[in-house]
Amino acid sequence: MYAYDELDRTLINERVSEFRDQVKRRLSGELTEDEFKMLRLQNGVYLQLHAYMFRVAIPYGTLSSKQMRALARVARRYDRGYGHFTTRQNIQFNWIKLAELPDALADLAEVGIHAMQTSGNNMRNVTSDQWAGVAPGEVEDPRIWSEILRQHTTLHPEFSFLPRKFKIAITASEHDRAAIKVHDIGLRLYKSAEGETGFEVLVGGGLGRTPFIGKTIKPFVHGRDILSYVEAILRVYNQYGRRDNIYKARIKILVHELGIEKFAREVEEEWKLMGDVGLTLDHSIIEEVRSRFSYPAYDKLPHMPDELKQAAHDPLFERWRRNSVFPHKVQGYSIVTLSLKPVGGPPGDATADQMDAVADLADKYSFGEIRVGHEQNLCLPHVAKRDLPQLWKALDRLGLATPNVNLVTDIIACPGLDYCSLANARSIPIAQELTRRFANHDTAELIGRLHINISGCINACGHHHVGHIGILGVEKNGEEFYQITIGGRADEGAQMGTLIGPAIPYAEVADVIEDIVEAYLALRDRPEELFVDAVKRLGVEPFKERVYATR
Amino acid sequence: MTSPLQQKIKITGPSMVTANRTWDGVVIYRTAQQGWSANLSDAAIVRTSDEARTLLGEATADDVGAIGAYIAPVELEDGGAIKPGNLREHIRSEGLTIDLLPVPA
Repeated sequence: MYAYDELDRTLINERVSEFRDQVKRRLSGELTEDEFKMLRLQNGVYLQLHAYMFRVAIPYGTLSSKQMRALARVARRYDRGYGHFTTRQNIQFNWIKLAELPDALADLAEVGIHAMQTSGNNMRNVTSDQWAGVAPGEVEDPRIWSEILRQHTTLHPEFSFLPRKFKIAITASEHDRAAIKVHDIGLRLYKSAEGETGFEVLVGGGLGRTPFIGKTIKPFVHGRDILSYVEAILRVYNQYGRRDNIYKARIKILVHELGIEKFAREVEEEWKLMGDVGLTLDHSIIEEVRSRFSYPAYDKLPHMPDELKQAAHDPLFERWRRNSVFPHKVQGYSIVTLSLKPVGGPPGDATADQMDAVADLADKYSFGEIRVGHEQNLCLPHVAKRDLPQLWKALDRLGLATPNVNLVTDIIACPGLDYCSLANARSIPIAQELTRRFANHDTAELIGRLHINISGCINACGHHHVGHIGILGVEKNGEEFYQITIGGRADEGAQMGTLIGPAIPYAEVADVIEDIVEAYLALRDRPEELFVDAVKRLGVEPFKERVYATR
Repeated sequence: MTSPLQQKIKITGPSMVTANRTWDGVVIYRTAQQGWSANLSDAAIVRTSDEARTLLGEATADDVGAIGAYIAPVELEDGGAIKPGNLREHIRSEGLTIDLLPVPA
């Protein structure tokens, strides 16, 4: 956990007071909506179809049990008793009243949570691996660097009015769980051959209407220089990024139009011109931030405790353990993913009661700590293996032990037309129907790892481009249609999926996905060949033929 | 930002003006009495582009009470009942189309 200092607490509290005054002036008519809009967006407040939506940041996906209870309280007191965890380590409340928002912000500020820069053309929440600090083989905890970037860019005047929003993700593991290649800047922390800690810097990734995989702009930037190098990138973007056309304003368009070599030269030149502007991170600064992260005092525990051996006789427990429990860097402990994808439920939603219960379980079994991943699931990062059977029983009672992590029903979905004012089509009912079609866990296990991502419009909040199967809602003559792509992936081998053919109507989507999965089962060369690997080997044609032959 | 009133307005069938209430965001409809109602059945119906422009002008003039006013199509049933003219307005009027709690097959 990271402990905010007095400066952070003052900043957050002052922001609440400021917003309270702005809301008061808006409601009295002193501020027009045109004047108020940017102010509310800078505090994470959007207007959606039915109500205001309030987006709260969960920096690098880390929450304390106390903070989770505060989110539950906001859901219960100011909303309709639930919240939606997003693909960028935020939580959204869908029914909040503008008049009550300052009180909700004040409640969150008490536990160090805020909504600053969760919207607007600025640096958004710096995201990271939800397993940060506990993943085996990790170079070091990437959240330290996320926090350094967060501190530097929060309310930074130079980065508060960028051409467009700007997103950074950081990983420190070989396997990328933070989707760094589809971010404006992706940072991969590693140790050089000389043993120095630094970053591979990728730039220009992103989804939306013009998707790009990020390109490596510099293979190694020393850790001490990362702040100045990121600032150089932002300065070049701020200077050359387009402000005349919202659809061409993201850095990915600039990188694409200039070419990565020219863009890299511009950044290099800017970096040299900047000289020493006080952004070099000396050891003491890094250690100061590191020291504010607290880590559990782990016990020395056996690799295979008796409790786990006994529970292994229960096939339901074993199925869950096999699916949702992952190795921890400390012997005797595990990382446990809590699926927010129950059969027939909205992906990523949690009720206030579930949030409170997860907070209690975190206190009991995970040193009071909870993580949020971009796949819209939660995670308890420090669970003693001996506690797994008891934890499973508790999670099962809460509906949080669906053994479908990374399987076909672990669907990423945006809120879609049920909530969102930008959407063209619904996402959630498509996801709900698919989870019912593939509800049989034996079948899901047989299929193996398969990520379905659904977006209700081209803005791609559901990351459809990088789903093994991507589903994009479009509108045709007032009807909902869906384009299907296959072969995308968001990990270290990130790539965009390929469109298989004409869009299909709402009522046929689940049938089409079943056809694609059946084709895969018939075509894979061995059970271990994942769907995405089969598509890579075979191309889209066999799947296209299966889908459209009878349609 | 272009004001809704500066945009070209052309309607092809019966329409209404809708927005969200400023203080709580609730979906509201402009009435013929120059006010707002949370019931679609109270909405003023316009049939020409000029009428639509006038109604939208009245609506956007109320910057304190409403936010994001725009023109949307409706369907009029034989008995005069007003129905939303597209899926988006159906969802705004009738609410979510989804189950909030898990509903297995």
